[in-house]
Amino acid sequence: MKELVVRRLSPPARTAGLLVILGLAALANPPAPPSTPPPTPPSATAQEGIQVPKPPFSEGIFPCSSCHDGKSMKVNLQRRELTGMHGDIILNHGPESRWCLDCHDPANRDRLRLASGERIGFDTSYQLCGQCHGDKFRDWRVGVHGKRTGSWNGAKQYLLCVHCHNPHSPRFQALKPMPPPTRPEQIQSRKGGAL
Amino acid sequence: MTAREPIQPAEGCASSTPGGGSRREFLGTAVAAVATTLTGCGKLSHEEFLQHNFRELSKDEVRDVIARLEREYKEKYGREVKVANTAPLPGVIFGYALDLSRCIGCRRCVHACVKENNQSRSPEVQWIRVLELEKEEGVNLQHADQYYDPAEVPREGHFYMPVQCQQCKKPPCVKVCPVGATWREKDGITVVDYNWCIGCRYCMAACPYGARHFNWGEPNLPPDQVNPDTHYLGNRPRPKGVVEKCTFCIQRTRKGLYPACVEICPTGSRKFGNLLDKTSEIRYILENKRVFKLKEELNTQPNFFYFYGV
Ligand code: SF4
Ligand code: SF4
Repeated sequence: MKELVVRRLSPPARTAGLLVILGLAALANPPAPPSTPPPTPPSATAQEGIQVPKPPFSEGIFPCSSCHDGKSMKVNLQRRELTGMHGDIILNHGPESRWCLDCHDPANRDRLRLASGERIGFDTSYQLCGQCHGDKFRDWRVGVHGKRTGSWNGAKQYLLCVHCHNPHSPRFQALKPMPPPTRPEQIQSRKGGAL
Repeated sequence: MTAREPIQPAEGCASSTPGGGSRREFLGTAVAAVATTLTGCGKLSHEEFLQHNFRELSKDEVRDVIARLEREYKEKYGREVKVANTAPLPGVIFGYALDLSRCIGCRRCVHACVKENNQSRSPEVQWIRVLELEKEEGVNLQHADQYYDPAEVPREGHFYMPVQCQQCKKPPCVKVCPVGATWREKDGITVVDYNWCIGCRYCMAACPYGARHFNWGEPNLPPDQVNPDTHYLGNRPRPKGVVEKCTFCIQRTRKGLYPACVEICPTGSRKFGNLLDKTSEIRYILENKRVFKLKEELNTQPNFFYFYGV
């Protein structure tokens, strides 16, 4: 569902923040589709009653620890160009000051890490995003920013920030519009009167 | 009496439907002629012709009408179509808000609406029009283009404003209807009884938002594209010659679901809820965001709001 990748960003606010640099190829692909009418049972936590669908990992990439097991590959804190793996990730989310391990926990790659050092799961990544984008986080929680589906008077499903924003390159991506209405002069009348 | 044989149209309209003769005998030629005048060369069963305004029907009559419609749809589309009659929920007035700083003009909402609400497919009747406006001009409808079709949206220097029925608290469309075929329900949804509408199109002229649409021809709705989950006052298949409009997806929202356009919007621009519920997102928006109503000066008092989320 391509449409989900899109998001309109308020340009200046966006670049300022901290990023969610997933050291995975996680969001190279479009995220999972939103479940249209009935929400699929949320796989993830219901922290504060917030139900979210599965984080949009690329297939076969999670758990990260299947490669980053701390043995076969040493943790490399050096900022560098990635050549071996994850070369498809374009870090365009404060690239001057950010690096993978600001958000991905160096010791346990299956977790994310808040500025406080606290580790969180990918299914609550909104906490990480919210550290810098506090205003958006607040609006997201009350259902004003971002997308909610389900029922207006009952259970709702929220999308994670990363369902709409590629965390490594969160700026909005353009989209092909669906067809416009027919112009009146292009409507052909049919035999026997109108249409 | 099986009453589904159509009345034969008067001379000049070819008809292949059998049984018209007996219908005429039953109703009398004069009534048949009147029915023909009202429906052009279309078909009209005598029950349909004699049916009262939906608001005046007793419970039993409603049941009969719905049963008849479901039968007719089955015949026409070869599949079960459910026609619900769900009443407004007590303590609910629906409100809609649309974030102009997020909408990218992708028209996903327009086409989800067409599908959900059984509009004619060719020519396609669209209840939502997305206007492309120039940032420099602001909300200036004279610079609005609804036919934009670039390779990608949003276009540099532009913003987008979807317009659909604003579900006015003082709907001019309702005021002008000479036969009372359209009215505002308790939950704030302006509806049309398609069986009572005479197709005069006064409401279209009166609506300042261009929200009403007329079926000039028999709606072209391929059977495999019919949404069978319908409401009498909403998305049930319409006949030729009646006016239709957005009903906030009455068939969905009265069951607690979000409207189809909310569900599809990839940017989350569209917000919906109960204006009487202090904890709803719609109330939060009205209380905390920069909100405006389209053509506020006309005092139609929309329950549809535009806001800036940033
Ligand atoms: S689907 Fe959403 S973003 Fe796309 S045109 Fe409709 S309101 Fe705007
Ligand atoms: S927007 Fe138009 S059709 Fe809808 S209630 Fe107002 S006047 Fe009537």
